[in-house]
Amino acid sequence: MSITRQDVQHIAELAKLNLSDAEEALYQEQLSAILDYAQRLNALDTEAIPPTATVLPLRSVMREDVARPSLPVDEILANAPARSGDSFEVHVILED
Amino acid sequence: MLASLTIHDAHDQLARHDISSLELTEAIFDRIVQFDPILHAYLHLAREAACAQAKEADARRAKGEDTPLLGVPLAIKDVICVKGLPATAGSKILQGFVPPYDATAVARLRALGAVFLGKTNTDEFAMGSSTENSAYGVTHNPWDIKRVPGGSSGGSAAAVSADLCLGAFGTDTGGSIRQPASLCSVVGIKPSYGRVSRYGLIAFASSLDQMGPFAKDVRDAATLLGVIAGHDPLDSTSMPIEVPDYTAHLRPDIKGMRVGVPKEYFIDGMQPEVEQAVHQAIEVMKSLGAEVREVSLPHTDYGLPVYYLLAPAEASANLARFDGVRYGLRVDGRDLWSTYKGTRGQGFGPEVKRRIMLGTYALSTGYYDAYYLKAQKVRTLIKGDYEAAFKEVDVIACPASPTTAFKIGEKADDPLQMYLSDVFTLNQNLAGICGISLPCGFDGQGLPIGLQINGPAFGEEKIIHAAYAYEQATDWHRRKPMINE
Repeated sequence: MSITRQDVQHIAELAKLNLSDAEEALYQEQLSAILDYAQRLNALDTEAIPPTATVLPLRSVMREDVARPSLPVDEILANAPARSGDSFEVHVILED
Repeated sequence: MLASLTIHDAHDQLARHDISSLELTEAIFDRIVQFDPILHAYLHLAREAACAQAKEADARRAKGEDTPLLGVPLAIKDVICVKGLPATAGSKILQGFVPPYDATAVARLRALGAVFLGKTNTDEFAMGSSTENSAYGVTHNPWDIKRVPGGSSGGSAAAVSADLCLGAFGTDTGGSIRQPASLCSVVGIKPSYGRVSRYGLIAFASSLDQMGPFAKDVRDAATLLGVIAGHDPLDSTSMPIEVPDYTAHLRPDIKGMRVGVPKEYFIDGMQPEVEQAVHQAIEVMKSLGAEVREVSLPHTDYGLPVYYLLAPAEASANLARFDGVRYGLRVDGRDLWSTYKGTRGQGFGPEVKRRIMLGTYALSTGYYDAYYLKAQKVRTLIKGDYEAAFKEVDVIACPASPTTAFKIGEKADDPLQMYLSDVFTLNQNLAGICGISLPCGFDGQGLPIGLQINGPAFGEEKIIHAAYAYEQATDWHRRKPMINE
């Protein structure tokens, strides 16, 4: 298979996903199959072809630097799993 | 029966004061109470709020206001934010999330007096072709409840098909409006990329997503599209160009219209009855005066691998925000990282995890060039195919789905098999062009078949014109499902 168990663990770490052993095995198989299928793109010579990131001709769309009212803080925090004053509460990030 | 009205017929009755919006709304809820336990098209019903909106619409009408959507009850896919109604995106990770704002498209509908019946079922984060990936249960196809309605906008398609709303909205990233429209015998439009604002649409793939209407006929779909289309300063990927009056293009005469038939879209493995019905539909267009000619879209077969690299890559970035911090599910761990991993590990379903992993891999160091960049280059070729074809023809006619509705559970174990359901609808998102799916027949088991008509970017008036002409020459759109328990 093109993807190893370690690859799966590495990707899961990058994507911050907890996977069970069974999930790791399943995804190893399925991702390998899908990526093998994707190899068929190599049949095409794209050396001179520019990549398409967006189909539109718009680039760096700007607006006037004028302050506008934001959504009310209470409404935003109403969905917060944990709130502390006007902030979202999380575990400590920086430890001394 | 009030619930079976089209939007335009309902408008006429409302305008003549034959019915009120409140009566219409209540009639539809009565039908929802009867049939949605069987179909499960809705994830959330907003009866009280909807009736309040209906009363307000009736009051506005009493003061002399009269616009096409005033007091018209609609359903909204659950990946679109409606202020005050839950938005789960079909996922456990957003359980309990109530958006504090309307999507721009929703705000426009609200301002015009539309009534929001509720939120419809969807594959989780719009990833899927059957609505089986919803964390809240599958929606059943009204034409055969043992079968899927298609996806990811299966709830919206089923709701329109079963007269559980007068119209609905969904989203299309790789076919998620056109394919369920085809499987449920309704009209569905995927606008050109940049035609409709994505503000308030829970993002799956930012360069592919578009919101669009489901309706009982082409006239209604054109009306709904006209309301949501147009530049939005809150979406920097919405094009700052004029929106035509789409309803002005509802003309039955297509004499001289050049219709392209792409040879790559009629392949082994597609259901023979689907092929036959689409060919017959093209013959009808010919009999109406269209000039039918074969075209070639040579890179068609590469669409699937391109899509299944680009869309998951974009999704892996868009779904990084679901981390248990600001909204939805939180699975607490001993520190921040384990909170993220636990929340996401538990909150996301298998298909979503699969695509996040695929996308993360395609973007990761050492693989970016071979997968993501390569796919972006092939995307240029696919876009080029359509640009060349539209120099020769005005519209392209093809199937929307290789098969009619499949049985619930039939493709659930093989992701690649499921991905193949999208072969006829992926390339249009990659190219950014527009597409409509409308009823064109039924197979031997009474299952709907859809005709897809594609037009150039920002050429929605052409596909609306072509679709209207075909629809008015046929009767498919008048057939209704008999919902069996």
